[in-house]
Formats: sequence, C-alpha cells, structure tokens
Amino acid sequence: MNTTPTDRRYAKSHEWIKDEGDGSYTIGITDHAQELLGDLVFVDLPEVGSQVEAGGDCAVVESVKAASDVYSPVTGEVIAINEALDGAPETINEDAYGTGWMFKVKLSDASGMDELLDADGYEAMIADED
Amino acid sequence: MSKQTVLYDTHKAMGARLVPFGGWDMPLHYGSQLEEHHHVRRDAGMFDVSHMTVVDIKGADVKAFLRYLLANDVDKLKQPGKALYTCMLNETGGVVDDLIVYYLDDQWYRLVVNAGTTEKDLAWLEKRSATYDAAVKPRRDLAMIAVQGPNARAKALPLLSSELQQKGRDLKPFNAVADGDWFLARTGYTGEDGFEIMLPGDRAAEFWRQLHTAGVEPCGLGARDTLRLEAGMNLYGSDMDEESSPLESGLGWTIAWEPQERDFVGRTVLEQQRKDKQKRRFVGLVLTGRGVLRNHLKLFDGEKEVGEITSGGFAPTLERSIAFARVLPDIGETCDVEIRGKRVKAQLVKPPFVRNGKAVIDL
Repeated sequence: MNTTPTDRRYAKSHEWIKDEGDGSYTIGITDHAQELLGDLVFVDLPEVGSQVEAGGDCAVVESVKAASDVYSPVTGEVIAINEALDGAPETINEDAYGTGWMFKVKLSDASGMDELLDADGYEAMIADED
Repeated sequence: MSKQTVLYDTHKAMGARLVPFGGWDMPLHYGSQLEEHHHVRRDAGMFDVSHMTVVDIKGADVKAFLRYLLANDVDKLKQPGKALYTCMLNETGGVVDDLIVYYLDDQWYRLVVNAGTTEKDLAWLEKRSATYDAAVKPRRDLAMIAVQGPNARAKALPLLSSELQQKGRDLKPFNAVADGDWFLARTGYTGEDGFEIMLPGDRAAEFWRQLHTAGVEPCGLGARDTLRLEAGMNLYGSDMDEESSPLESGLGWTIAWEPQERDFVGRTVLEQQRKDKQKRRFVGLVLTGRGVLRNHLKLFDGEKEVGEITSGGFAPTLERSIAFARVLPDIGETCDVEIRGKRVKAQLVKPPFVRNGKAVIDL
C-alpha cells in the first residue's frame, strides 16, 4: 500500500486535492480508490471552463468492473484537464497521486479546503472501512 | 454466509480479492484483471471453477430422461467422454440453466451446471426424473480447475497421471477422459484452447500450486467474464434466464429440432416462437464512440427504443468496449446507446469477437 501524501487534502468520497501555490488546485482520486475500482479503462473528464461544485459529480472513471462518479472536493472553475488519461486511463492505477491527476480548478472560495480530511484523517477513515 | 471452495485459503495466500458470486466467495482478480486476461490470450491462465456443480446421473433410463429434459439431443453423443452444450428449458421455453453434458456410458451422464442455479437445478432434476430410472447425484467432493490459453495443455499435461497424459495428449475439443475421480475435458469458457479438470477436492490445492509452478497464472472471475464476452459465450442470468428463450439469446444452434418426434421440455413454445417474425434478435455490439457498454443500457434508433444490452464491458484484446444485446428484428447496422444521458454510436456485429487470441470481427 502506498503511503498517503501529506501535501494535500482528501474527500470522504476518495478524491484528493492539492494546492499548487499559484492559485490552482489539482484533483485526482486516491490510491485506495483506484485499488478498489481495479484496472481503469475509461475516464470522462469535465470540460475546461466548466464550473464544478463541492460534492457534485463532475467526472467518471470506468474500470473493467464498473463506472464510478468522481465528485469535486471543492467549488470552482476547471482550468485544465489531464488529456493524457484519454489514451492511457491506467495511469491512474499506476500513479494516482502523480501523473494520474485528473483536472485542475481555480477556487471560488478556498475555505472549502478546511472541511476536507488531512492524510491521517483519510487513512483513519479507510482503516475504519476495512 | 457465502460458501468457500477448497482453494479459498490458496486464493487468499496468492493475494486474491475475493467477492461474493453465486453464493460463493470467489477470486475477482489477483492484482490486475487485465493482465490475467492477456495471460490467457497469450500463454496460460487457470481459474477455480469449483463453485460450479458436477452432477452425475445414473440409471437405466438416463438417456431417455436427458432427451426429454434438455433442448439439445444427447443422442448425438456416441463416444464415451463426448460433451454437448445445451439449455435446460421450462415449459414456456425459458432457460432454467445452460450446461455441459458428458456421455460416459449408457447408464451414466455427467452435467456441469452453474453455481448460482445449483439448488434450483437439483430440485428441477429431482422432480423431472421421478418417473425415470435415473439417480441424480451432485458431486460436491470434486473440485474443478479450468486451465486456458495457447500453452495451457502443454503446461498442464505433464502434471497429470501417466494414464491421463496418454489419453489427454490427443484429446479432441469437447471430449473428456477419466482416471478414477480425475476427469480431463478439452472444454472452456474463454475462446482459447485448454482443459477443464475435475479432481478430488483434497488434491486441488496441491495441483493448483503445481500448475502455478509450471507457469500457469491464477485468474479471477473478472478476466473470466471479459474472456467469455470476447469469445461470444453467454452468461446465465445476464444473457438468458427463465424469461428469455434460447431463440432470443443467440442459442438457437443448441436446439436439436430433429428428430421431430423427440418431445423435450419447452418444445411446443419454441416451435411457435421459431415462426414468429417479431421475436427479438441477439446481437453483438462494438462501441464506436467513447465510453464503456454496460449491462441494461438501452439502445435507440433515433427516438425509438430498439433494444437493451444483456452484458457488456471492456474487451482487453480489442481495446474497445463490446456487448451482447437483445434487439428488435428490423434494427439496422448501427444504433445509439444511452450512456449517462448521452447517445453514443455502436455497430452491430455477429459474435464471437475474439477466437484463439485474434479478433474475428472487422473493427
């Protein structure tokens, strides 16, 4: 099991969000989530310029098993998407916290970050699930 | 509480993710379902299929009983060990189960039935056999391991008894040989060459380990599903059930209409349905747009709903999504699939999609 990076925050619905320090925030799904899903074969990302809402579904990851919604941890505007995932969705399986990022947003209200879990909190939550 | 096969502890030790399936805890995968799929297409993989039930039927009337019970005709089986794929129907032509029947001798046939339908099947067999000299005996003492892939037979044979090696070397497809309680069949559910091997339960873990040492990779139900889908093989409960007949499930080829005087359960309804021009067709689909086809997605031609996917998924060999669907008879060569509220194009094709490692449809 990969260790959970401490440089970012986590949603209970298994997304991570990282403050890039330049006003942009990168979002992806956790290593735990990709492991539960199994081999990913398709990713549907939001459009650049679209608005995402905290807790709203904004992307879909499909594994060999099933389709799962991805929920935005925060409210904001999508400013970039990881287009490389289109031809290589397995990147999320291989590197969920790095090259498997999904999209970047500009936050309309950064206070939403405080409501998310830190790495310890997220690890405690998934330990509870098992 | 789910049941466990005799290989349960072995699966856990080998890192399997175990999930409930048909009343059993079964391996979904041992790490990567995709890699397991490719192992079978390119080399050799093994599946624990001990959750399926081997049922021996013995007695003076077995042949007459099975000719009445099954939609295919066991009279086709002349050589001991010869196998036949068939549906077992109810009176309305619906499918109670699909199964393989082996002819062993004139008073002994062997069925292999699905896990999730076992109790229903046994009750059905008991009830229907009441007026025949035919004793139904589930062989819960046997485990079953499927070894599949282009190198499967070469890797498995040296691990068998000298008698099975000798008899198994030139075994033809859909034939089986036995040595005591070991039973070696050249059958499978992947579209690849290979064996399905029944053996005493207490020998299964050792044999599984020997296969692994010989380079046969363990594979879970996930890969089994994508392999059978690519191979154009139906899954009971998804592609057919008690509400749908073989004629609407792409299984018309398994019905033995001749001889006409043979009565079998469901025949009267099937004869009517056979003439019905409005009956639904069972087709293959290849998604040409983006996404993944899933069970129960609806198909459209313009605004008209024209069918439904019975089983779908991602085809690792083809690197695109495929499905089986039940559709109206007059549908064209393409249709739209509704995926999360959006319409995506799909092309109709005739299954199978893949045989012996190669695509057999034009993409």
